[in-house]
Amino acid sequence: MTDVTPQTATDARLAEARRQTMGAARRRRWQLLSPALLIIGLFGLFPLTITLVYSFLSPGSYGGVRWEFSTDAYVQFLFDRDIFDDTLSFSATYLNIFARSIGLALGATIGSLIIGFPTAYFIASKPANQRNLWLFLITLPFWVNLLIRTYAILLIIRDEGIINLSLIWTGLIDQPIGILYTDTAIFIGLIYSYLPFMVLPLYASLEKLDFRLVEAAYDLYASRLQVLRHVIVPMAKPGIVAGCILVFIPALGAYITPDLLGGGKQLMIGNLIALQFGGSRNWPFGAAAALILMVVVMVSLTVYVRYSGKEGNGRG
Amino acid sequence: MAERTPTQTPATVASPDPAAPPPRRRRRMKDLRKQPGFDTMAWFCLFCLYAPIAVLVVFSFNDNRSVVRWTEFSLRWYRAAFENDGIRHATWISLQVAFVAMVFATTFATMAALATTRVRAFKGQTLTYAVINQPLMVPEIVTAVSTLAFFVLIKQVTGLNGIGFLMLAHTVFCIPFAYMPIRARLEDMNLTLEQAAADLYGTPFQVFRTVTLPLMAPGIVAGAMLAFVVSLDDVIITLLVGGPGETTLPVYIFGQIRRGITPEINAVSTVLLGLSALLVSIFFLIGNKRK
Repeated sequence: MTDVTPQTATDARLAEARRQTMGAARRRRWQLLSPALLIIGLFGLFPLTITLVYSFLSPGSYGGVRWEFSTDAYVQFLFDRDIFDDTLSFSATYLNIFARSIGLALGATIGSLIIGFPTAYFIASKPANQRNLWLFLITLPFWVNLLIRTYAILLIIRDEGIINLSLIWTGLIDQPIGILYTDTAIFIGLIYSYLPFMVLPLYASLEKLDFRLVEAAYDLYASRLQVLRHVIVPMAKPGIVAGCILVFIPALGAYITPDLLGGGKQLMIGNLIALQFGGSRNWPFGAAAALILMVVVMVSLTVYVRYSGKEGNGRG
Repeated sequence: MAERTPTQTPATVASPDPAAPPPRRRRRMKDLRKQPGFDTMAWFCLFCLYAPIAVLVVFSFNDNRSVVRWTEFSLRWYRAAFENDGIRHATWISLQVAFVAMVFATTFATMAALATTRVRAFKGQTLTYAVINQPLMVPEIVTAVSTLAFFVLIKQVTGLNGIGFLMLAHTVFCIPFAYMPIRARLEDMNLTLEQAAADLYGTPFQVFRTVTLPLMAPGIVAGAMLAFVVSLDDVIITLLVGGPGETTLPVYIFGQIRRGITPEINAVSTVLLGLSALLVSIFFLIGNKRK
């Protein structure tokens, strides 16, 4: 008792108490986190590993898999296997579907950028009290069922839809222009579906734009176009990158839009994957396609993270 | 008249009107932020977003089989939809799934938000965020087929079956949506009130129940609403994971559209659309009141 000075005893007890509270806090934190992490880990992350495993197995006759190792799913991607002599010949069928999907997704990204940038800039230059209303109006359709929005597009671009009917009525055309079930239809549908994803991050970076810089540029005799090119666009770059990624990723994996507007004939990756798990009953091939899609998405995300990390600020 | 168009012609410039030059300079100042055509594009964007939906809604009230030619206002398609057993059953399934997913997702998200906000950086923080947001980062179709593969495996091994699987799948992807507004709300609250309550000998549970929970309630309500809407709107995951008899309303509508277009779909869509719009509007109102 007496050989320990009161001072050090208090210190030791304090340190012990602190360790205990820290330990209790840590335990409490993981207790609170565990349901969410467990559920997502077990039913969100773990199934992805199953997909990885399945992509290296053989297809079962009635869907599902046979537990035999095989790389056929990946080989099938690039080659056709001859039924009789087992020889492989190059086939671009699936590669084309991937290329088409990437092309359509890129097109939709650029299209949304062209419509979204002026919109976001317009909102950012509005007085503060009007901005929230505009943002609300732009975001609201996003929360409305994607399926219903796609159906709405389908209704107006059909041969008997309002666009064709009014064009015929004005006498511009005599026959309906067939938009539905073409790539154009998918393109329109994708832009319509994911436009809010473009506007929001663009707005977030344009809102921070210092208009004194714009003023300075005008003072230095810049034209409007020059101001746009050399002042506004460079400052909005993080928003542009974020918006493009946010549109590109869901557009690439789209399922409903190509199914309804492409009529199931114009396949995109999403439809190809779903088809393998449904009618085609080739789960390993579907799993492989899903993984390849995942890789493309992960690469885009990495590019985005790298980029936004370097710029210092990302999406809003 | 000369005042309305002061600087249009050399004649007016030459006129001795002293008010002519200032308006011109003021116009230049006001235009500074403008880019030509940008406001037209913004209005065009708004028009494009709403016009198709407006057409859909308007023709759901059309007293005609056609979804194009307007004849007369009528609620017959709403009656038809209401009397349709398929739609009724699908609505019931949808509401059950959305409700269960909402309750679990919101509870877990609230707990997770309590653990991750207003704390010092902890080990595994980045990983925690990554896991919680995982359902948002993986393409939905990939989630759908992976979940399908996993569920089929579980069903084969355990022999379990039923709608619980679908509810589980919905809970997973609803968690990040519920988490976002709850976390935002918590980050806006400082710890002083809770510390005061603790100083007044409130037990941790009392402090949570009487101080923290009421303060974070708007965030929880907002999160629950988003989770409900997101679950209610899901098509792809439900389409693949849902077993026979587990057709939700959007999946039912999807099947109907593939088969052919009837105004009945417009009517059901309008109801679903109205419900989502209502919930999301309330969500925004809650969010705005905070500031």
